[in-house]
Amino acid sequence: MTVARLRLGAQVAAVGIVAALLGLLVWKVARGTGNDVTGSLVEGGTPAAPAFSLERLDREGELELASLRGKAVVLNFWASWCGPCREETSLLEKGWKRWQEKGVVFVGVNVKDFRGDARSFMRRYGVSYPNVYDGKGSTVGRYGVTGYPETYFVDARGRVVYRIAGEVRDPDELDEGIERALAAA
Amino acid sequence: MRALLATSLVALAAALPAVASEERPTPAELESELICPVCESTLDTSNAEIARRMKVKIRQRIAAGATKSEIKAEFVKDFGPGVLAVPPKEGFGLLAWLLPLAGISVAAIVVGLFAWRWSRGRAEEPGPPLDPELDRRLDTELARFE
Repeated sequence: MTVARLRLGAQVAAVGIVAALLGLLVWKVARGTGNDVTGSLVEGGTPAAPAFSLERLDREGELELASLRGKAVVLNFWASWCGPCREETSLLEKGWKRWQEKGVVFVGVNVKDFRGDARSFMRRYGVSYPNVYDGKGSTVGRYGVTGYPETYFVDARGRVVYRIAGEVRDPDELDEGIERALAAA
Repeated sequence: MRALLATSLVALAAALPAVASEERPTPAELESELICPVCESTLDTSNAEIARRMKVKIRQRIAAGATKSEIKAEFVKDFGPGVLAVPPKEGFGLLAWLLPLAGISVAAIVVGLFAWRWSRGRAEEPGPPLDPELDRRLDTELARFE
């Protein structure tokens, strides 16, 4: 092996490493802007709701988002340690009671939390709509959740049509999101 | 024999704190080894509400007699492996330990090869021929010491 060959090999390896790092950077930047649900919604799109199958908190078993296809879904990301989540819970519960007979499903996604704390929260605030547990936060990045709480409205075809960042304060805004999800079907 | 005994004693003395830490961990140790899932810094540097709850949980589990590994495993079950500040030395986490070592080894081999080739090349290279006048003077000077 000559020095020239060694040098060439080292140069090729260095260029390869730099190219790989550059590719990683481009992929990360592209993924971070617009490839999650929030990014796409901001750009005026109606992205497909990322699929999930998560352990239920309100009963045994798992809930798969795909199993709700054909219905409008209100997807609320929350945590028991989040103050605004406590504030909006009664409004969501009332909304669920008003809309469930019209084929609308509310699903709470509890993220980055203890199971026990989440269940205590649900009992304390009388949450009766389905809730799933995502302690690892595996759905957070794919939806592009920017904070807690955050609520997404999914139409019957599984497309996200509206989002409320932060606490849902106004019942009319909740209804508007649901009506958009129903109209898009 | 004495050397062996001394080595064994040193090894035992070094291992004892690790065993004690595993059996009876302190909250401070675990708070520096677990990450707050919201702010993504270690618990000991976080004031987030979830970090506060995690600290309470750590104290409760230590009081109940849980070992360090058991407590960490419980947190991983809830929050995933990302809750560990240091990746585990098994499965995919092992890569984080091996890759830097592999990188350093490869770099050392490359540097060693270059150094070896360079030194060999230098040894074999004949120097520039001496000026005949200078050569003659050098011989004369050296002859004075003989």
